Parts: sequence; structure tokens; C-alpha cells
Amino acid sequence: MFSGELLINAIVSGLLIGGFYAAVALGLSITFGCLEIVNIAHPTFVIFGSYVTYIVNLNFGLDPLLAGLVFTPVFFLLGMLLYRFYYVSFERAGQESLNGLAFFFGLMFTIEVLLILVYGVDYRLVNAPYIGETWRLGYVDFPLRLTVPFVAGTVMTLGVYFFLSKTFLGRAIMAVSQDRLALQLMGADPIRVKQFAMGIAIATAAVAGSLLIIIGPVDPSQGRLYIGRVFAIVVLGGMGSVGGTLIAALLIGVIESFVATFYGPSWAPAVSFGLLFITLALRPQGMFGRA
Amino acid sequence: MGKFSIGAGAVLLAGLAFTGAFDNEFYFFAGYVILQGVVMATAWNILGGFTGYVNFGSAGFFAVGAYTSVALNQAFDLPLPLLILAGGLVCGLIGLGAGFLTLRLKGIYFAIATLAMSIVLETAVTNWEYVGGAAGAYILTPENSLFFASYVELLFMVMLIITVAAVAFAFYLSTSRIGQGLTAIRDDELAAECMGVPTLRLKLISATAMGLFMGMAGAPYPFFVTFVDPISAFSLFIAINAIAMPLIGGTKVWYGPVIGALILGLTQEITTVTISSELNLLIVGLVLIGFITLAPNGIVGLVQGFSRRKRTDGRTSA
Repeated sequence: MFSGELLINAIVSGLLIGGFYAAVALGLSITFGCLEIVNIAHPTFVIFGSYVTYIVNLNFGLDPLLAGLVFTPVFFLLGMLLYRFYYVSFERAGQESLNGLAFFFGLMFTIEVLLILVYGVDYRLVNAPYIGETWRLGYVDFPLRLTVPFVAGTVMTLGVYFFLSKTFLGRAIMAVSQDRLALQLMGADPIRVKQFAMGIAIATAAVAGSLLIIIGPVDPSQGRLYIGRVFAIVVLGGMGSVGGTLIAALLIGVIESFVATFYGPSWAPAVSFGLLFITLALRPQGMFGRA
Repeated sequence: MGKFSIGAGAVLLAGLAFTGAFDNEFYFFAGYVILQGVVMATAWNILGGFTGYVNFGSAGFFAVGAYTSVALNQAFDLPLPLLILAGGLVCGLIGLGAGFLTLRLKGIYFAIATLAMSIVLETAVTNWEYVGGAAGAYILTPENSLFFASYVELLFMVMLIITVAAVAFAFYLSTSRIGQGLTAIRDDELAAECMGVPTLRLKLISATAMGLFMGMAGAPYPFFVTFVDPISAFSLFIAINAIAMPLIGGTKVWYGPVIGALILGLTQEITTVTISSELNLLIVGLVLIGFITLAPNGIVGLVQGFSRRKRTDGRTSA
């Protein structure tokens, strides 16, 4: 049972899915890590992105990944609006800990139920020529429905990484939760910086959603499975460290793939949650956190 | 305390009279669900409202209570009161354990950990064939329903006793020194710690009590529905209700969650009959968002604000 072929394939498919996990966790890495906004509804926005991709693909036959990209500006605006609402209702009043958290929980729930009401609980899928194709390198499989999300997810994560570390606005986003006053002295308005960052975070959900539906069929309540996974990735990677997020995503992808291959897929969901629990108990600042 | 015990006794007697006076089983089904909501909301509020630590995994505690019943019923055929105690004990220990691991961190980590824990437990139960696994388990309703007309009436009365116990505990907490310590933690944990409040110990007491009552609320559930599967026991609906009810009623006082649970529970019982259950869920979500944005202190806060305004108005005109 424990053959080299199986092992290498488990590692490769784990890495491929890990690149996609990075795309899902990226938005949360920004909101939770840099802005200290606990957007537990983020995976639900990803599912929402999947449904948008599904509708566009169904009606216009547009490539799913392209459909996701086309909708990033809409999601960006949605994210900015969401931050405005969050700021006015909770952050300004200093109520983010209890009411703000419950707000995102309610939002997650509401979006999910709306999707169920409109589209039912059936699985939805998209069509693209590469879904179903597999490249082979020796005895290692590269199914394109995983490879495309891997490449897109990694590229997007690296893009955001360079944006955050190289541009003025990006550095302002990294700084906003650490030292508001210093940021204001540099001539940046913290509220607008946060609003912009939240816009980017939700925009990544549009792309991540299109990747999710390329990987496999999607139903409205799938988001919940991703909550623990993305939080595990963000916490494990170290808060606010996008590079750490990518590495943690790949790591969790590989570990899950191992468990699924050698113990059975029904145990895989528990992996990331277990890891999250262990990380929180032993090293809450994560692998690359700034303690 | 005197007034409260008289009130609690009166509620129990009224419940008994209710089982004697009515025969329509629907009332008891509906009543059971509403009371279950009161227990869950009160339990959630002990940690969430009093102490300020949000638990997203209420459904996990509830389901563990239910599945403890299923497992022990299958293994030893224990009577219901023992099953309820066992469910409460197991969940209390889980609350203590989860609290011990994460309550030393910022509150948000506890919130995420509870969410994660709920899914780990669901995976474990789904893979546990002894209690039915993913397919679920059927529970036979015991023949003996004591002096009640039906077993549902008995369960209704059992849930009423658990409710009174949970609310009494919350009442006791909020009037005791422990409750003052919890409030201090909620308002400013660092300041509380500096003033010598044993914050970790109090948080652990609070988390254990929360788990205990959620487990007790879940333990009779298999007998109530006679069929449990992981999806229904770990339903998000239970988790969101446990949060929505206290937030709608008001989290700062012991009667806030009771008010919220009674109002939301009654509304749900009426609307599930008339409209679809999905629409019903949507309403809970929207009402929750509406309340936390517009009335962050819930119905209790609204009423208090209104009466305060009235009083000051009276003073200025006089």
C-alpha cells in the first residue's frame, strides 16, 4: 500500500490543492492579519464568487477563471462597502469583539441561505476545455483541474505579496493595525487604507471562487468546511504574513492529501482543524509570526 | 434569591399544569424546541455575554450531548436523567479543555477554536460507526412516560427543569462575586487581571458551565426526534440561534437571552408552519444583523434606554 508512486502523487496533489488554498486564505490573511477584522464570512464570499462564475459560464460560456477575474472590480467595491458598513456600525464604537464577530457570522449565514433559496442545495459545476484533462510526467499525475487553480492561486498570492511589500499603499496596509498615528503622520488616512485593503481582500474571493468551481462542483454550504482551513492557514502562517500564508497553505494541502490517501478522505476535514487547535495551543504567533 | 426561587417554582408548576390541561402534542413539540433554545441561549450567554468570549461551536456542544446519550443508551440502556448528567459532564469537560487551550489568548482565537472544534467533532462522529456514523441512528422512545399522557409531555417537563436550572445558574452567577469578576473580564481584562481578579480561573468556570448546559440541552434530543444524524445534530441553525437569541434579547443581564429565545423561538415555531424553513433561516440571519447594528444591547437595552429617556423627560418637565 505504501508505495513510492502513491507517496509522490499524494505530495504533488497536496501541493496543487495547497496553491488553491492560498488563494482562499489570502483575503483572510489581509483582513484578519493586517486589519484585525475577523471576517469569518470570507469563505462564503468565495462560494458567492463560485456562483457568479457559474452563472457567467452558463450564460456566456466564458472561461471560469476569466469570469472570476472580470468580477474582481465588483467584489472590490463590495469589499469597500462592507468595510464602510463595518466601520460605521462596529469599529467606530469599539464593538468589534462581540457584535462585529456576530455580524460576520450572521452575514455568512445570510449569504448561504440566500444562495440556497435561489439555487437550491444541488451541486453546480462549470465547463472548460481543460477540466478533465491530465498531464503525466513519468508516473506523476498533474490533473489540469488542480494545476490551473494552483498556478492562478500562487500567482495571485505572490502578486499581493509584492503589492504589500513594495508599494506605498501596500506598506500602509501592513502598517495600519500596528501604528495608526505614524500612518497618519505619513499622510495616509487609516480608514481609507483599511477600506482599500478590504476591497482587495474581497476581490481575491472572486478569483478564489472561480478556482473552487474549476476544482469541483460547489454547493452553498461548502464555505463552512473552509472556515477552519483558512483560519488554520492564516494562523499557522503567522498573522499578516502573506508569504507565510502561501507556505502554510501548501503545507496543509500536503498533510490533508496524505491523510486522505493513507487514512481515507472522510478524515481529511479534521486535519486542518486539528492543526489549528495545536497551533493555537502551542505557538499562537504561527510559523512566521512577529510574536 | 427568594423572589427568584418563588418564580422558578411557579414556572415549574405552570409547566405541570400545562401538561395536565392540554392534549395536543403539537404544543409540547413546539414548547420543547423553544425551551431548548432558552437553555442554549442562556448557556451561550454565560460565556459570551457575561465574559465576552464568543462561542461559534454551540452546535458541537449540543451534538456531543446528544451523541453521548445515543452511545450510553446503546451501551448500558441508562435512564434519561443519568444520560442528561452524562451529556452535561462530557460537554463541560470539553468546554474546560477548549478553554484551557485557548482562553489564555485573545478572544478571537477562542471563537475560531470553537468553530474548528465543532467540525472536528462532526468528522469524528461521522466516522464513528457505533453511533450510526454518517447514516445516523434510530432511538426507540421508551414505553414508560410516568404519569404524563405521552413521552413528549415528559420530555417537555424534563426540558423545563433543565431550563430552570440553567437560568437559575445564570441568575446566581450574575449576582455573585464570580459574576462581578466575569463582568470585569468582559469590560477590561487587563485591568481585571491587575486588580487581582483570577481571570483564567473565572473564564474556565464560565466555559465549563456553558458546555455543561449545552450538553444537557442536547442529551434528551435523540429521544425527542427519535432519529439523529450528524448533519441535523451539528446543524448551523443551532449555532446561529444560540448566538442570535442572546444578542437579540440583550447579553448583559441573565434575562436577556431568555427574552430573546422566547421571542425568536415563538416566531420560528409560528413561521415554520406558515412559510418555508429556508426563509425562516433567512429571517433569523437578517434579524440578527439588524439587531447587532441598530440595537447592540438587544431588546433589554432598547427598553432600558426608553424608560431612562422617559424618566429624564419627566424630570425636565417637572
